[in-house]
Amino acid sequence: MHYQPIIGLEVHVQLQTQTKIFCGCSTAFNPDQPNVQTCPVCLGLPGALPVLNGTALRLAIKTAMALNCQIAKFTKWDRKQYFYPDLPKGYQISQYDLPFSFDGQVELITNAETGESRPIRIIRAHLEEDAGKNVHDETGRGRDSMVDLNRAGTPLVEIVSHPDLRSAAEARQMLEELHALLTYLEVSDCNMQEGSLRCDANVNLHITKDDGTVVATPIVEIKNLNSFRFTEQAVEYEIARQWKAFQETGKTIKDAPKSTRGFDPDRGVTTIMREKEEAADYRYFPDPDLVPVTVTDEQLAAIRSEMCEAPAVMRKRFQSEYQLSAYDASVIIDQGRLLAEYFEATAKLCGDGKQAANWVTQDVLRVMKERKETIANFPLRPEVLGSLIARVTQKQLTIKSAREVFADLLTAEEDQTPAPSMAQIDEIVAAKGLAIVQDDGAMETAIAAVIDKNPKAVADFQAGKQAAVGALIGQVMKQLKGADAQAVREKILTKLSGG
Amino acid sequence: MSLCDLSAGTLWRKLQSGEVTAVAATTDYLNAITQFDGQVAAFLHVDRDTALAQATNLDAKRSRGEPVGLMAGLPVAIKDVLCIKGEPTTCGSKMLQNFRPPYDAHVIEKLRAADAVLLGHTNMDEFAMGSSSENSAYQVTHNPWDLSRTPGGSSSGSAAAVAARMAPVSLGSDTGGSIRQPAGLCGIVGMKPTYGRVSRYGLIAYASSLDQVGPFSTDVTAAAALLEAIAGHDPRDSTSVNQPVPSYTSTLDQPLQGLKIGVAKEFFAEGLDAEIEQAVRTAIDVYRGLGADVREVSLPHSKYSIATYYLIAPSEASSNLSRYDGVHYGHRTESATSLNEMYAASRGEAFGPEVKRRIMLGTYALSSGYYDQYYVKALRVRRLIREDFDKAFADVDIIAGPVTPTAAFKIGEKSDNPLGMYLADVYTISANLAGIPGISVPCGFTPAGLPIGLQLLAAPFQEERLLRAARMYERETDWVTRKPALA
Amino acid sequence: MVSDGANNTMAFPRETVLKVASLARLQLTPEEVDLFATQLGATLDYVARLDELDVSNVEPMVHAIELTNVLRDDVLVPSLPRHDAVANAPKTDGKYFLVPAILES
Ligand SMILES: [Mg+2]
Ligand SMILES: [Zn+2]
Repeated sequence: MHYQPIIGLEVHVQLQTQTKIFCGCSTAFNPDQPNVQTCPVCLGLPGALPVLNGTALRLAIKTAMALNCQIAKFTKWDRKQYFYPDLPKGYQISQYDLPFSFDGQVELITNAETGESRPIRIIRAHLEEDAGKNVHDETGRGRDSMVDLNRAGTPLVEIVSHPDLRSAAEARQMLEELHALLTYLEVSDCNMQEGSLRCDANVNLHITKDDGTVVATPIVEIKNLNSFRFTEQAVEYEIARQWKAFQETGKTIKDAPKSTRGFDPDRGVTTIMREKEEAADYRYFPDPDLVPVTVTDEQLAAIRSEMCEAPAVMRKRFQSEYQLSAYDASVIIDQGRLLAEYFEATAKLCGDGKQAANWVTQDVLRVMKERKETIANFPLRPEVLGSLIARVTQKQLTIKSAREVFADLLTAEEDQTPAPSMAQIDEIVAAKGLAIVQDDGAMETAIAAVIDKNPKAVADFQAGKQAAVGALIGQVMKQLKGADAQAVREKILTKLSGG
Repeated sequence: MSLCDLSAGTLWRKLQSGEVTAVAATTDYLNAITQFDGQVAAFLHVDRDTALAQATNLDAKRSRGEPVGLMAGLPVAIKDVLCIKGEPTTCGSKMLQNFRPPYDAHVIEKLRAADAVLLGHTNMDEFAMGSSSENSAYQVTHNPWDLSRTPGGSSSGSAAAVAARMAPVSLGSDTGGSIRQPAGLCGIVGMKPTYGRVSRYGLIAYASSLDQVGPFSTDVTAAAALLEAIAGHDPRDSTSVNQPVPSYTSTLDQPLQGLKIGVAKEFFAEGLDAEIEQAVRTAIDVYRGLGADVREVSLPHSKYSIATYYLIAPSEASSNLSRYDGVHYGHRTESATSLNEMYAASRGEAFGPEVKRRIMLGTYALSSGYYDQYYVKALRVRRLIREDFDKAFADVDIIAGPVTPTAAFKIGEKSDNPLGMYLADVYTISANLAGIPGISVPCGFTPAGLPIGLQLLAAPFQEERLLRAARMYERETDWVTRKPALA
Repeated sequence: MVSDGANNTMAFPRETVLKVASLARLQLTPEEVDLFATQLGATLDYVARLDELDVSNVEPMVHAIELTNVLRDDVLVPSLPRHDAVANAPKTDGKYFLVPAILES
């Protein structure tokens, strides 16, 4: 007997608009000042009416295009009805039978080393309003819950995937892929601490019995997962729990309805929220306060022209265009669009993608981490870093010297001097004499002088002590800071061998 | 003589010319309210001080030589379904007993901008559900022509206030006839504009796809002025239509040449009182006498309009009224400890029986398994009803008929029979389903002295034609001059 | 005109009344449950006349006037001061709307 986990995600993404989906209140994250971003519309006051935010629609379409979805030519708004204190109208304005987009897919990298991927199908993506936030009494004394409607009416895209994911790790990767995609497009900041990206995971197991028959365990929806790690942990736990439950009870999907569980990150377990509730009856019907939306091919083309390259496409292109490994391409892409653009600009300027990738993934990322800086604030612009790397590839500087220059440029920046420039590279190289000495005459002279001054070392070498040559090289290098150690070594060896 | 004795249009013109001051008009109407509202019970809340202050400001503005708005200080009573900032706005419901909106409805903003004087809020059937005011949580309004009878509803107070000359004009809302029916039963002019002509922003929703705000007046002229003041596009209402508003008042007195009037045979079928039919047919003869071409039209699906309406309106209402859950505003029970108990008890305590009935009906019609059978089916029939009108208006300019099958009934007469009450909306409902404009104008009295209304309907956005046709008739008759005798 | 449906009623089962009332979060007295069973039955009986029509090829008409693409610009409009936002709340601490504890298991 063995099992296969079957996982689908419902992901909610907050769109990056200034104002809410149906009113002019701000969407800024502001939990410390409850109920200051509300108006008659998002409070659901009697008589108030919704009007659709055009930017929310445009960003939603952009999102759907990135998910390779079909965009509906005609879409409409429906009311999903249920009672909850964070839902001021008693219904959520959402989309039911005619969502604005459907039938998409996302390429999920299943092997980071090889870059191998598999399509995860998207059933639909629809636009809806967010609810407010209920703040519960944590003391357990049953005190009143508190309702903050600042978030009520924030535009959300709900992305529903097919149950195409096969492990907890894949569920996490899918969420990471969506995070990368949506932040690249700048449709959402995907800030998970602030709830801008959150997901529900539907999990069950297909169990192949020893006689070859396959049965499915009851489906569980794990609600409101708000971090990559929790998503993976919750799904992992749920897979194990269902496997154990099946072995103990033998219950299949035919014996139990879908149930809802929550994830407790402190204990690392999922716990039952609702089971066998009276079958939810949301009484969806078209919202008479809102009118349908139609989009033309021209409008879609205009939106498509604003789209930037998707990270998955960029990842592949970086591999072919700059000869990066799948791993390096992913490291860069996963840092976000700005870093990828930084890398690409640097690579173009220095003409060596592989070197640029090494510098960006090692040196730049290390400094960013140390300084807790984003790439947007990183003091070395791509033209400066590109120029520095170019000197290495053109054998004007050694890697070691270039690192020294890199560090000095950053130190100079810390001393409040203007942003590091290419001119500064020249200054540092000159001041420290780092330039690779290409002049054979100077090298010959230096070598001759060192040999003269070190008869003992020369004698040792000629007596068979190979290591003695190291001391000679060291002394030459001390004189000629920018010299190529390999070239010096060869010349000394030639000379000592009587050449 | 009190200024209340003038017809509303005459008073409005005198206010416009400055012959009468806003303070004088407002004072006389406030006095009339003091004198008569004890018997009629039209008002829920009278803003005496505010009204006088508005009138004083307007007169001062005029005396400074500044231009004054279209309403020129004309006092207006407001159905309690429209939000007025800071003023109690209850929608006739215990649910909103303590509710004071933090904003003005669009039409209230428009009225303020047009220099109207707001008298206060008038009684209505709870959440505009009803035809008699008996569903108000607060009081029953009496028909000024016979205090034992209903003024109709749901805009009961707005109609009765105008009929009793306690306001020259007022605003109501019409979802299935709630302006035209009480106008007919009270012997005044009442108009439902085309859906989308007047913004619904700040109109507390009953059935969103049917609701429309409109004017009551003692005559057509002031009704036209009031409509002109409140109509127009509002970007806060997605269903508000962006089309210019004609100056109804400036063309009103031009008779329509070659007017083609349709008479729908379905509106003169079984159930129509003979005395009503008589008065309406006589009114149509007046148009004939004015040279109108009167022809028969057919609205074959109108017999399905009540069934259609009583699925669509309660469905929308069940959803619109979900917001009254005792959390963010409105009544909350004292007794409940859990959230679900709190919801159910708050709603159970604060909604009256008719509201509960319609919430139940609408919830059922939208529930899984019944949605297609009831709600969607009704939406399909709705289109057939609209197409009937489209065909008819390809042939005629106006459709004329009765407003109600009977004159005002006794208070209490139908209160045990909700379906019987629904059936009385037979002539008014189809205009809401189709979204077309309609007007009720007085066209006579029963032998018992109860008013009778003539209903005129037109194609979408033909308010100007409708008002001119109504005015043509009004000029030929003297019904406008008749007033109820209140002591 | 049609016959008055009140004297020809198909009762609506009590348990259906209770189920619908629970969906609508509407507490009903036992008298109301009985009353609505009768009255809703009569009304549904009456609306059954729509079954006379074959409307399978007719598009549902949701709006009275057919408009599309009514959009607003993504421009901030001042919100209400918090005081006004919570002013009508049956229970508030001046900052939040307060409700009986929501039990999250
Ligand atoms: Mg959703
Ligand atoms: Zn708002």
